[in-house]
Amino acid sequence: MLLIPCPWCGPRDEIEFRYGGQAHVAYPADPSALTDAEWADYLFMRDNPKGDWSERWMHAAGCRRWFNAVRSTVTHEIRGAYRIGEEPPP
Amino acid sequence: MTSRRLDAGGRGIDRARRIGFTFEGRALSGSEGDTLASALLANGVDVVSASPILGRPRGVFSAGVEEPCAFVEVTAPRFEPILPATAVRLVDGLVAVGRPGVGQLPADDAGAPAADHRHLHVETIVIGAGIAGLRAAVSAAREGDRVLLVDERHWLGGTASASDDVDGTAAPAWIAAAAAELAAAPEARVLTEATALGIYDDGYVVVYERSTPIARVWHVRAARVVVAAGAHERPIAFADDDRPGTMLASSARLYADRFGVLTGTRAVVFTTNHSGHDGALALADAGLEIAAIIDVGNGGPASDRARARGIDVRNGWAVTGTEGDPRVSAVHAAGPGGVADTFDADLLLVAGGWNPAVQLWRGINGGLRYDEARACFLPDGTGPRWLEIVGAAAGEGLPTVTPFWFTPAEDLTRHFVDLQRDSTVADVLDAVSRDLRSTEHVKRQTYIGTAIDQGRTSGVLTAAIVNQAWGAGPGAQGPTNARPPYTPVPYSVLAGRDRGPTLLDPVRTTPIHRWHVAHGATFENVGQWKRPWYFPGGPAEDLHTAVARECLAVRQAAGVMDASTLGKIELTGPDVATFLDRIYTNRMSTLAVGSIRYGLMLGLDGMVFDDGVAMRLADDRYLITTTTGGAAKVMDHVEEWLQTEWPDLRVYATSVTEQWATLAVNGPKARAVLAALGTDIDLEAAAFPFMAWRDGEVAGMAARVARVSFSGELAYEINVPGHYALAMWEAVIDAGAPLGLTPYGTEAMHVLRAEKGYVIVGQDTDGTVTPHDLGMSWIVRKDDSDFIGKRSLRRPDTVRPDRKQLVGLLPADRDRWIPEGAQLVALSDAGATPPVPMLGFVTSSYRSPILERTFALAMVKGGRDRIGTTIVAATTDGPIEVEVTAPIFHDTEGTRRDG
Repeated sequence: MLLIPCPWCGPRDEIEFRYGGQAHVAYPADPSALTDAEWADYLFMRDNPKGDWSERWMHAAGCRRWFNAVRSTVTHEIRGAYRIGEEPPP
Repeated sequence: MTSRRLDAGGRGIDRARRIGFTFEGRALSGSEGDTLASALLANGVDVVSASPILGRPRGVFSAGVEEPCAFVEVTAPRFEPILPATAVRLVDGLVAVGRPGVGQLPADDAGAPAADHRHLHVETIVIGAGIAGLRAAVSAAREGDRVLLVDERHWLGGTASASDDVDGTAAPAWIAAAAAELAAAPEARVLTEATALGIYDDGYVVVYERSTPIARVWHVRAARVVVAAGAHERPIAFADDDRPGTMLASSARLYADRFGVLTGTRAVVFTTNHSGHDGALALADAGLEIAAIIDVGNGGPASDRARARGIDVRNGWAVTGTEGDPRVSAVHAAGPGGVADTFDADLLLVAGGWNPAVQLWRGINGGLRYDEARACFLPDGTGPRWLEIVGAAAGEGLPTVTPFWFTPAEDLTRHFVDLQRDSTVADVLDAVSRDLRSTEHVKRQTYIGTAIDQGRTSGVLTAAIVNQAWGAGPGAQGPTNARPPYTPVPYSVLAGRDRGPTLLDPVRTTPIHRWHVAHGATFENVGQWKRPWYFPGGPAEDLHTAVARECLAVRQAAGVMDASTLGKIELTGPDVATFLDRIYTNRMSTLAVGSIRYGLMLGLDGMVFDDGVAMRLADDRYLITTTTGGAAKVMDHVEEWLQTEWPDLRVYATSVTEQWATLAVNGPKARAVLAALGTDIDLEAAAFPFMAWRDGEVAGMAARVARVSFSGELAYEINVPGHYALAMWEAVIDAGAPLGLTPYGTEAMHVLRAEKGYVIVGQDTDGTVTPHDLGMSWIVRKDDSDFIGKRSLRRPDTVRPDRKQLVGLLPADRDRWIPEGAQLVALSDAGATPPVPMLGFVTSSYRSPILERTFALAMVKGGRDRIGTTIVAATTDGPIEVEVTAPIFHDTEGTRRDG
């Protein structure tokens, strides 16, 4: 079970959180202007890297805030968590 | 049966404290400090259980959790279906019987062991309290760490012998000093009979402690995890290597040293390394006669030392087989050039080398490498940064081994490799001959490693045999992965207190619940909620009769339903109307204060996500309702979009599901019921139209009344704060009784709404259904503004003409009820040999008292174009012909909603 560093509450057990998939996949400014392929890309396609990536979490049983974290998909190690609107840790 | 307990010695037992126990119905006794295995050995019990498949007699083979033979069922003091006798602490009144490696659970779970769960945060957890573990724990405690030290055995010091030297001190004194230092350290805690079941991410360790009257599961979060799990000795395969009296050499040494038990009188030692010789000499000191040391190696200092003691050492020899019934009485061995010999012996001690206990290390992705000299897999130093491994588990102190896995022979069918699966070298070679190369595949062919011990004694041996058979190097492949739990744990222990009807999952009831109970309601579970399913009119009234009566009451007079479980979210803020326009398919910003609008929410994929109504309470305030089961996910959805995509919108969402209770009064006499209750709200349709809400006083209580109908009838939903709900309900029942009002449950509600073709999200939809599929295009706005899911409604897949669409079904036989979920096929395919193309399936199916017939809703491919045709529901009771209709069966003009 991961120990997730909520940027608002500090490190807490994974069971308190809801997972939200890849971070920084912004809702398109004008979906109606997108081709079917572009929309499908937004809707269905996500990165699947081996190594660090940014993902979304929500502290469902705590402050109920969404935030982002950089986690290794190989070791599950979380390198850092950051609030919505902040930059990922270097 | 002879006592094998020595007259003196046994530093781990208290001879003055006798422990009475029962094995296989016989009253026996042991000493405080014994394991069940040591007590059985002391009592001369040679055969503990039968082997699981072949039924061969088996005795105690080891002295720990690596045991593959001596399995027992313990019935007292605490039921355990299957445990190795080597891992059971002897306690007064213990009752056990042998079990052939397979446990049997009792018919009910009354005897399932309970457990408490505790949480602990430490800087350092050390797993294993042998010398290395004690050293690590003491060192961490001296640094000021909070320390947890756990060991599966009931003593500290692991398998250390009295004669071992630790830092210049005799092991027992060193262990006592370390234990005393930990006991005195304020932040150190030591648990015995406590097994680390698994190590998980970020230093999370689950420990199962059995020393307390009620077992405990510890959830430990540690900054640093130190594995000091030791090493398990492994056997060598030869003919009849499972005969009672055959035992791991180090285990025999532990039984003598710790328990004062000599496990035989005259022994042959079969070894690949000097630990065998050392063990033989120590046991000789304790009084065991050593018939011979059969050493596969070519000799060395250890052989010389043994010879100097007058022991017959055969270098370059191997044991070829055993005789005895049931216990070993003779051991056959062969040497270079075909020489052979037979030794009279009642004990055969096997020292095949050592397997570091790396299961926990490996389970959290610690890396391994093969070590040629010690012929075993050792940690390679890679793994999570917070994880360490020390002592014998890291290879420390393990002897150099002459690799020798099995004694070659013509017949390998009694060379047992996995004694708990009765699997032999012949079975492994048979798997190889079927071209299986991976040990994972060989495992699945032979079942080796699938038993309770997860291949502790057999895994490395099997891997070596496979590697050898394929001509690969000895480290080419390792054993299969052992997975948590490290040793078995009852499910009831993992469940802890979270069992039974109230603690497994929360039960939610409405403020009116006790009235429902008092009036005999039958309940159904809707998510965590208990909702009245129907209200039997008496003991003789069944579901169908009660539901028909409730439905007719609503259609012909009035009914009241407890709709308090509907999810309710209050949204406030200057941008609330903008936000609602984005999450509903229709416009909510144009809703007037005092009015109500039905709305659909879609997922981004365009599929129906939830539905409900929105009431505009003020310019900047709405109350929206959700389905009973969808309340939490809609709240999540609202929060997610507000926080992650539209943080600029000034909107605040509050769940008020439990603050408001909702009483739905439906039926042509609903207005009369409200009037009878007494209210200052003008009930006339012109003043209080359909889809409007009014605040006022009802029956002397402040209420918000909404003209929303889920039955198609005139309806008033009375919303009151939860504390008033029961009083309001009783008032409605009293005021409505003279008008024929009856309480009704969810089943009648389902029938009534289906007669009108109102869908239930989650019953008629399944996450693959768009509003257009439901025939609800009218609720999808056509202007340029965006809403969640809108773009997906133009995807090629969502505009296919052959998508499944909501339709009604009328069985040709008016009395025939179609099971929900029934598959629908073309008429021409009725009775055809499967497979036949499926047109769709039934989502809702009922008997309608008002229609006096059965009817159903269904999702059917291109269904709207099939209206008027006949298709067939395929059921296990044969095909049912049905007419496809529009999904509305009653009051198609909608004239009844104003009463």
